[in-house]
Amino acid sequence: MIKFPGFRGYRCACYPVEPARPSPRNAGFRGCRYARDTVMFLSFTDTDAVLRNRVKSWEDESVDNRELWASLGMDLGKHDEFLAPLPGAYTNLFLERSRRPRAMSYFDAVVGDIHGIRVKELVAAKENGHKVFATFCVYVPEEIIVAAGSACIGLCAGAQYTVPAAEKVLPRNLCPLIKSAMGFKLERICPYFQVADWVIGETTCDGKKKAWEILNDYVPTYVMELPQKKRVQDNAFWEEEVREFAAFVEKETEVKLTKDNLAEGIAKINRKRAALKRLAALRQASPAPIHGLDVLVINQLAFFDDPERFASRVELLCTELEERVAQNEGVAPPEAPRILITGTPQPIPFWKIHALIEQAGGVVVGEETCTGERYYRDLTEPASNKDGMLVNIARRPLNVNCACFTPNAGRVKDILSLADNLRVDGVIDFTLQFCQPYGVESHTVAKELEKREIPHLRLESDFSEEDQGQLKTRIEAFLEMLK
Amino acid sequence: MERYFLGVDIGSLTTKVVLVDGQGGILAWAVGRSGYSGRDVAQRLTGEVLSDKGLQAEFIQTTVATGYGRVTYPADREVSEITCQAKGIAHFFPEARTVIDIGGQDSKVIKLLPGGKVSDFAMNDKCAAGTGRFLEVMAGALEISLEEVGELAAKAEEHRAISSFCTVFAESEVISHVSAGARKADILAGVCDSVAARVAALVERVGLEPEVVFTGGVAKNSGVVMALNHELGYQLVVPDNPQITAALGAALLARGTNL
Repeated sequence: MIKFPGFRGYRCACYPVEPARPSPRNAGFRGCRYARDTVMFLSFTDTDAVLRNRVKSWEDESVDNRELWASLGMDLGKHDEFLAPLPGAYTNLFLERSRRPRAMSYFDAVVGDIHGIRVKELVAAKENGHKVFATFCVYVPEEIIVAAGSACIGLCAGAQYTVPAAEKVLPRNLCPLIKSAMGFKLERICPYFQVADWVIGETTCDGKKKAWEILNDYVPTYVMELPQKKRVQDNAFWEEEVREFAAFVEKETEVKLTKDNLAEGIAKINRKRAALKRLAALRQASPAPIHGLDVLVINQLAFFDDPERFASRVELLCTELEERVAQNEGVAPPEAPRILITGTPQPIPFWKIHALIEQAGGVVVGEETCTGERYYRDLTEPASNKDGMLVNIARRPLNVNCACFTPNAGRVKDILSLADNLRVDGVIDFTLQFCQPYGVESHTVAKELEKREIPHLRLESDFSEEDQGQLKTRIEAFLEMLK
Repeated sequence: MERYFLGVDIGSLTTKVVLVDGQGGILAWAVGRSGYSGRDVAQRLTGEVLSDKGLQAEFIQTTVATGYGRVTYPADREVSEITCQAKGIAHFFPEARTVIDIGGQDSKVIKLLPGGKVSDFAMNDKCAAGTGRFLEVMAGALEISLEEVGELAAKAEEHRAISSFCTVFAESEVISHVSAGARKADILAGVCDSVAARVAALVERVGLEPEVVFTGGVAKNSGVVMALNHELGYQLVVPDNPQITAALGAALLARGTNL
């Protein structure tokens, strides 16, 4: 049995003693709901010595986080219950797969201590007078936050565990991402939520727009209004929103934004996006040098981690993958069907779709999603003065083609160009349940893919695991169809 | 020594096994309730089929498993029921271009290319509407067996509409029809219409291209066949044993592996 070290010291009803490896039927979990959400019945078996050593080296760094969490006012009992299955799930889904790049160990360690090290850093930053801004969306300009010396973090929003709590204040038939996030705050389970001074919301869908009003009762929430079209006047409107946001950040952080600190903020975030772009480009190679699931977790962590450290680790991984590509090495056989995912975001720890595809013998080579291309494809152009920088910061996200815009023809172009560049065999259009913009746009996406005879499959799901059997049948049949 | 090939289809409600010979001819088949362990049922059925034909397990060269329980069965290969269904149907109906399959918890519409390759498919969402389970619950509410549904529905004079797709609410609707004094036959006709309407929506997603074959346990129900014929405006082809076609496809795929 492999212990997952970052979680040492956690106790939960699910794990009476040490976290046990999940059995194929989750027998070890004794009814923990979260376990049933995330644990897939995957059978990647590889218990190599390297893995053991890697795990061992983290054990020494294991720290007691409980004091930290208590000081943040978290519900420790629920938090224990929430985190308990994660080590087993992560071991099963990620660590036990063979031929994983060595450089993944950093990201494994970050997930291993997902509510520890980074939260400590944020608490320390706050003690030094910096602020923490929590976000949900790729449109929020993190360059401005980083320029002011503050931290920008994404929020936990990908678990079924917190959904029932959220349904006390939100309708049941609402996007699971909104419900999950709301539940994390109501239940005081997410330390990032607890450490945040502000939540920065946006108006990318009606569900979120109205949920911010409720969330504001629990944590101060600032809302940026995103236009719904991309005309000249819309761009000007958004520019004004960004300027207003910049003034708000200046006021809150008591840091004046200047040409120099903005240039620095832009450079830091650009470096992070450029590193992710480099990683994405490496997935053009056949055989695929890295599993889609590994890239997904990296994309998810991009919202949490320190941007500079994160970028350097992604660059390190890219260097390793470049060697692999040069030697024609991969993680899947060259004939494995290459899949592009398009659709709604997959927030951490929602790994179900990628895991099921790769378990069925496919390999995910790209994500036209907010936890993928939409986050990193466009960089912010440099400018010579402060105003020009703010204009460019505002301009960058307007190249992102989210279904919240109308019309949104750019998205179909993005999907087609990715399908071509990544030499995909099929496209899976994944929509979170009750997401109206993406759900409706699925029709257009399907029609355009049909026209070009690109095989595609529409999937709709949420963060629960009850539909795994049906998803598996659809995914396997789709992959069989591609052969 | 003659070699045989086994297809095992462990569905949500029933388990099917089909044994074919080297030429792809059906030698024997069996159907049983999946119950608690579909795997045990499949093994028992296989044993019965073999002893019936006086054969030993060693005669089976290759086994392919399909259906929800496929992962539990020690087969040589697992193949999704969509691919198996297509294979099984193409074998007997080379002209088939669309398959409507209604099983215990799934309804599927599969589009076929000549030769039996799948070109597209649609499945119901995680919901029992338009499935065998839906029919079973409604039959239960009326205290009749599934086998009686078709015969009774044929006697309907006035179809009592069931407007809810949700199995739980539809059951309440059935009960309120009963308390309003409606005839069982009329309610059942409405239940069959409801299944047909749901499946017809699925057909529209992939498009109907003749010839259309109707398979799965629900295809044995003449009430649903009639309702679907009416709803689609097309005469469906129903195989003699519509429940075993996916298992047959699995057996044929097992045989194909060794060609």
